[in-house]
Amino acid sequence: MGRRSSRRELFLCFSRASSSPGLLFCKMLGFLQHPVMVTAEVNLNMVALTAMGLLSRLWQLAYPRAVVFDEVYYGQYISFYMKRIFFLDGSGPPFGHMLLALGGYLGGFDGNFLWNRIGAEYSSNVPVWSLRLLPALSGALSVPMAYEIVRELGFSHCAATGAALLVLIENALITQSRLMLLESVLIFFNLLAVLSYLKFSNSQKHRPFSPRWWFWLVLTGVACSCAVGTGLGPPSPGWGDVPSVLWQVRVLCHLLARAAALVVLPILVYLLFFYIHLLLLYRSGPHDQIMSSAFQASLEGGLARVTQGQPLEVAFGSQVTLKNVFGQPVPCWLHSHQSTYPMIYENGRGSSHQQQVTCYPFKDVNNWWIVKDPGRHQLVVNNPPRPVRHGDVVQLLVHGMTTRLLNTHDVAAPLSPHAQEVSCYVDYNISMPPQNLWRLDIVNRESDTDVWKTILSEVRFVHVNTSAILKLSGVPLPDWGFRQLEVVGEKLFRGYHESTVWNVEEHRYGRSQEQKERELELHSPTQVDISRNLSFMARFSELQWRMLTVRSDDSEHKYSSTPLDWVMLDTNIAYWLHPRTSAQIHLLGNVVIWASASLATLAYALLFVWYLLRRRRRVCDLPEDCWLRWVLAGALCAGGWAVNYLPFFLMEKTLFLYHYLPALTFQILLLPVVLEHVSDHLAPCTHSVWSCWVGCKTAKKRQGRAGSSRPRQGPVLLRGRWWTQPGPLLLT
Amino acid sequence: MLCATSRLLAARAASALPAHPRGRGPVPRSRRRELHFPGHPELPPGDLLAGRFAGPSVSTGRRAILRRGRMPPAAGGGLAGSELRPRRGRCGSQAARAAGRDVATETATARSPKRPAPPSSRRFEAAGRWALLALVTLTSFATRFHRLDQPPHICWDETHFGKMGSYYINRTFFFDVHPPLGKMLIGLAGYLSGYDGTFLFQKPGDNYEHHSYMGMRGFCAFLGSMLIPLAYLTVLELSRSLPAALLTAALLTFDTGCLTLSQYILLDPILMFFIMAAMLSMVKYNSCANRPFSAPWWFWLSLTGVNLAGALGVKFVGLFIILQVGWNTLSDLWHLFGDLSLSMVTLGKHLTARILCLIVLPLALYIATYAVHFMVLNKSGPGDGFFSSAFQARLSGNNLHNASIPEHLAYGSVITVKNLRMAIGYLHSHRHFYPEGVGARQQQVTTYLHKDYNNLWIIKKHNSNSDPLDPSHPVEFVRHGDIIRLEHKETSRNLHSHYHEAPLTRKHYQVTGYGINGSGDSNDFWRIEVINRKFGNRIKVLRSRIRLIHLVTGCVLGSSGKVLPKWGWEQLEVTCTPYLKETLSSIWNVEDHINPKLPNISLEVLQPSFPEIMLESHLVMIRGNNGLKPKDNEFTSKPWHWPINFQGLRFSGVNDTDFRVYLLGNPVIWWLNLLSIALYVLSASIFAVAVQRGVHLPVKVEGLSQVLLRGGGQLLFGWMMHYFPFFLMGRVLYFHHYFPAMLFSSMLTGLLWDTLLRLCAWSLASYPLARCVHVLGILTLLLGTAYSFYLFHPLAYGMVGPLAQDPRSPMAGLRWLESWDF
Repeated sequence: MGRRSSRRELFLCFSRASSSPGLLFCKMLGFLQHPVMVTAEVNLNMVALTAMGLLSRLWQLAYPRAVVFDEVYYGQYISFYMKRIFFLDGSGPPFGHMLLALGGYLGGFDGNFLWNRIGAEYSSNVPVWSLRLLPALSGALSVPMAYEIVRELGFSHCAATGAALLVLIENALITQSRLMLLESVLIFFNLLAVLSYLKFSNSQKHRPFSPRWWFWLVLTGVACSCAVGTGLGPPSPGWGDVPSVLWQVRVLCHLLARAAALVVLPILVYLLFFYIHLLLLYRSGPHDQIMSSAFQASLEGGLARVTQGQPLEVAFGSQVTLKNVFGQPVPCWLHSHQSTYPMIYENGRGSSHQQQVTCYPFKDVNNWWIVKDPGRHQLVVNNPPRPVRHGDVVQLLVHGMTTRLLNTHDVAAPLSPHAQEVSCYVDYNISMPPQNLWRLDIVNRESDTDVWKTILSEVRFVHVNTSAILKLSGVPLPDWGFRQLEVVGEKLFRGYHESTVWNVEEHRYGRSQEQKERELELHSPTQVDISRNLSFMARFSELQWRMLTVRSDDSEHKYSSTPLDWVMLDTNIAYWLHPRTSAQIHLLGNVVIWASASLATLAYALLFVWYLLRRRRRVCDLPEDCWLRWVLAGALCAGGWAVNYLPFFLMEKTLFLYHYLPALTFQILLLPVVLEHVSDHLAPCTHSVWSCWVGCKTAKKRQGRAGSSRPRQGPVLLRGRWWTQPGPLLLT
Repeated sequence: MLCATSRLLAARAASALPAHPRGRGPVPRSRRRELHFPGHPELPPGDLLAGRFAGPSVSTGRRAILRRGRMPPAAGGGLAGSELRPRRGRCGSQAARAAGRDVATETATARSPKRPAPPSSRRFEAAGRWALLALVTLTSFATRFHRLDQPPHICWDETHFGKMGSYYINRTFFFDVHPPLGKMLIGLAGYLSGYDGTFLFQKPGDNYEHHSYMGMRGFCAFLGSMLIPLAYLTVLELSRSLPAALLTAALLTFDTGCLTLSQYILLDPILMFFIMAAMLSMVKYNSCANRPFSAPWWFWLSLTGVNLAGALGVKFVGLFIILQVGWNTLSDLWHLFGDLSLSMVTLGKHLTARILCLIVLPLALYIATYAVHFMVLNKSGPGDGFFSSAFQARLSGNNLHNASIPEHLAYGSVITVKNLRMAIGYLHSHRHFYPEGVGARQQQVTTYLHKDYNNLWIIKKHNSNSDPLDPSHPVEFVRHGDIIRLEHKETSRNLHSHYHEAPLTRKHYQVTGYGINGSGDSNDFWRIEVINRKFGNRIKVLRSRIRLIHLVTGCVLGSSGKVLPKWGWEQLEVTCTPYLKETLSSIWNVEDHINPKLPNISLEVLQPSFPEIMLESHLVMIRGNNGLKPKDNEFTSKPWHWPINFQGLRFSGVNDTDFRVYLLGNPVIWWLNLLSIALYVLSASIFAVAVQRGVHLPVKVEGLSQVLLRGGGQLLFGWMMHYFPFFLMGRVLYFHHYFPAMLFSSMLTGLLWDTLLRLCAWSLASYPLARCVHVLGILTLLLGTAYSFYLFHPLAYGMVGPLAQDPRSPMAGLRWLESWDF
């Protein structure tokens, strides 16, 4: 809404006047002498568009009062936020989730709802309306923003209105905005970033370093990081004009301002999201296992409850559980039990027949090990405790329950024959001597005399005789090994890999000399006392790293699709189906808009190449400013489309039609731009065609609404969609 | 014919270049010659530091100095020859060179009176140049062929590529994820050197015994040695500076990694040879750009095409050099397009020439290698199972070869049904039930990889149980869209599915055998559909890709590829998937077909045509490549490890007593390369900024900056093209994938240090001192690399004895990184 007031003139007058107090006073008097005038210009186009956007997105928002498609996925995170339980979602940074949760917070949601199935009715404590409000609002505001972007690109009101109308009536966008989903938020921030960048670069021409200039510059940066924080929608405003700025002393100021607003600020905002995220979520929850022990210990409950009050420094005689740092395929602890390796494996190889050592993904009393000093027989901690340091040779790890020593020798491991078998030594009197000395190698030490610390130290165990390294191979053993994971002595590879690194998770000083007492001691829980906290940056970097590396199981899905299906709308998603009346919601685009937007992109590319080649031969079809406008529109809209679309070809995760919506929005913006260009420069007679298009779109609106809001009785068959949809639309 | 046209084109082109005065005096250079150092007629005397091509016309003053000039002994190998002429008078940088050969002679006569340099001196210089090239080549051959026969056992991937060479000699069909050219060449080399293909190449470490393996190793070592002269010539062409080229050659000769990789039966030396040859011919043809359509221009252009075909024919990573050449060609055309003096007809000719030489020619050669490949391999072998049934019918020894079966499916036919995905096998059932708790207790249905009576099924109509083979019934063909029943021949149960979850894939439905003597219920009905065919069409044996859709639940018969536990005899699970995606695992084809009422036809009719074979083998290769995924917990090499020489590859031997060869770059050279890239980016951006700001550089520096920006830019681009795409790859990566990129980065190093030293020297006022600095710098670098090679050579030539931790080891103290494993 372009509203200009005389206040700005006042402001100017103040700023000019502030240099001398006398002048200022004089001006004040002038202000008293004249009446206060406020003139306002209201662009009714924009008002109407915004109103229509709000109407289409907000009307009957709480219908259906049931879990619709991916609400089942995002809903659980909202509940986690409400209950302050830590979670990890590999699909993207947490800003979008937090926005959804904000809706829940405003609506007074207590988080008590079981998000387990699509179509489940919401209970009365779920504020459906306010949960869906923020995505709907951002969807609605995208409409006037589309208008503004096309205006700022320098095209006519007609084109701008066209673009906004197209965004308004695109039924896929409507459907997606009306539910607790993140795409509309992502689109909103994408558009905001583009818009503020355009405003910024337009004000650059007139008055650099004015407040307005700063405002839009900063907003660009913030919107970029919001877009990245929502999903991985890469922001498109580029560095295009930076080199073209005049080479003057002021260049440095320009560079600095841009660096601050477009690099430093977004990074800070991004960090802020995580800060809030970690601040909000302080309780342990179901995703703890993925994180490192140190991270888990920093959450309330869970591991922290177990590890509080543990002694920090591991000493000779300590009882410990050892967790593998790699955590793939599952997080697990070094484990042993009474069973031995089978004498002969299925493939005919022999084993040492000694006690099995495995990695076990559950807490168990058999995960306890005792760190023993090779020189002494005692299994208790001295007073004062003698800490274990980097480089110490420990007769590592007597297994707590069976009091056997961890051992490895030149026998091939059961499933990874290139590595050595690891066992707990059993003396069969067959001239196979025990080789149970291990040297401690603290990987993340600060000095060579560093002490082995609980949770914090990451250690490797290097076998003294064969210099093999204790390693989790991650292969599940057959039935004789109870499907636990294989642990081997790796002798070929001596570089760093996380699967060779272990850390102490639970720890206590051993007090009891007798085996019976010790077993009792091992079974008893550790006591509770202090907590250890990680710094924010450490937690942030770990969380970020896990987010990027966490692997989602590639489940096939009935409605998953490939990026190629999206352009021609060869796919749809059934979002919701009423169990009795068969009313349903489908995510389905308006095929006319999709096809014409794709055609527009194609036409743009062809025209662009044509003009470019002609210009190269010094034939200028377009005036210079028109050409620049044409290039900028293409760079932002076609570029935005490409940047939001092409990376999906490289992704290996399951993809759905809604992933295309951000790209589609940019493509839609390009359509009126191309049409106006064609009508202005190529064929003046195409005006009639243009009006035809708009009429056509409005006719389509009826269909667009059908899918999203109005329930239909009985099975729905959208007539006229048969030409792209091979599968049956009919759901029974 | 071609020659005639080219001459015609050349003549036309010459007439279309009005701006070129032919060979008289200093001339303005044409704009689009991007790649070489624009020599300046008024070069100051300081230009003498080491040989650099003279400008098109040498002023008398300069010529006088030329005679004084001597190469620094180390750099020039003790040979005079500071002045390098364009080789054989062609492809020089002179704009004055005319286009056609006839014109060239005219030019030569025109110029000769202006060139008073005595012919003996010129011959001497030329001889020096050739001698230097010969020296470089000789050193390279000497290092590569030294101890080539050691170790006399299989090292690392020799077990694959040697085996594949043997397959070519034995003509047995096999499957590999790489295109065939490299292995064909290895096979050819083996064949010519008297290897009979009888060695099994079972596993690394096996002794070759009496088998002749030196031919194959020698061939790879020959190509590996050729890399160095190629790199030498490329850098010479780009920088016009002998020391730069010499430095490059030294870096590559003394790199233990390149050396190791060249000494074994591997695809890499062949691939790198083609990459470097393509690069050299591209650079050469860029130098000829001022004389388009001349004979050398055509020669280098088509040679580029040939080498591109070679690179792509060895490994798919050859695509990167194709992209580089493509980019170069595009920018070249863009410049030509902007030259308003050229008519559209000339531009059309340029475009056509490039399409012919860089697209049509390589494509034809590439296809030709496949034609040879399929022609040579005509016996059934280990690769059969990867290909479709129709393809297998080509191979002698395969049971489908020369078989004859009825062509169209009819009711009553006995068939086997094969899944289209690799290594899934035939639809199978047997007299065993699913165990308690796994869906309904009905007969198991699985897929099975081997031929067996239990793979046979009978097609029946869904609504009648009468015997269709009764001679009184007319033959009725099965058509696309028919509702059928599949009866298992041995147990007479019907293929059946229902709403029970499948044993392993919980989201799918269970598939069972059901009914007694062929009578079951409506859950036995399947609709048979042919992919991409119209309704009512008949179904062809082998060729038709069919889907079976369960009528009641609407799901599709498929195999999940998961192995069933013991109760299922470790065969693969068959499910009915409710997801209607067209994936290969739910597509089947009919392989065996028995129907006495139908006439048999020979399978030859169904054999795929050559384009279909090409397409299929590419699909299989791409799938195979994508299938090479790293397993959990496997130590895999990451692309960021490579340039820092983080970790090598063990070629042979583990223990103290073994003969150990370890593929690891010479750390001195690799880290120098890494430093050079950083330095290059820094200095190039300084120059770029200076140019952008319109700073007037002195003539000499201007020239150097052009070498740096254009020549160096191409090399840096090559490095990036051969390195960065690996970050996007999902497949298993190995250290040796970096070596093509390493060649480019070594060339960049050579060019950069020479240029930097010249700049240093230029900034010093005094001429002898400047010369000293340059000579000393180059000498230090040369000697330094040579010395580091002396230190690290046991890595490549093999070592026996204690490991590097032991002070008695020859490598003691050289394990600079803990991750090195020798």
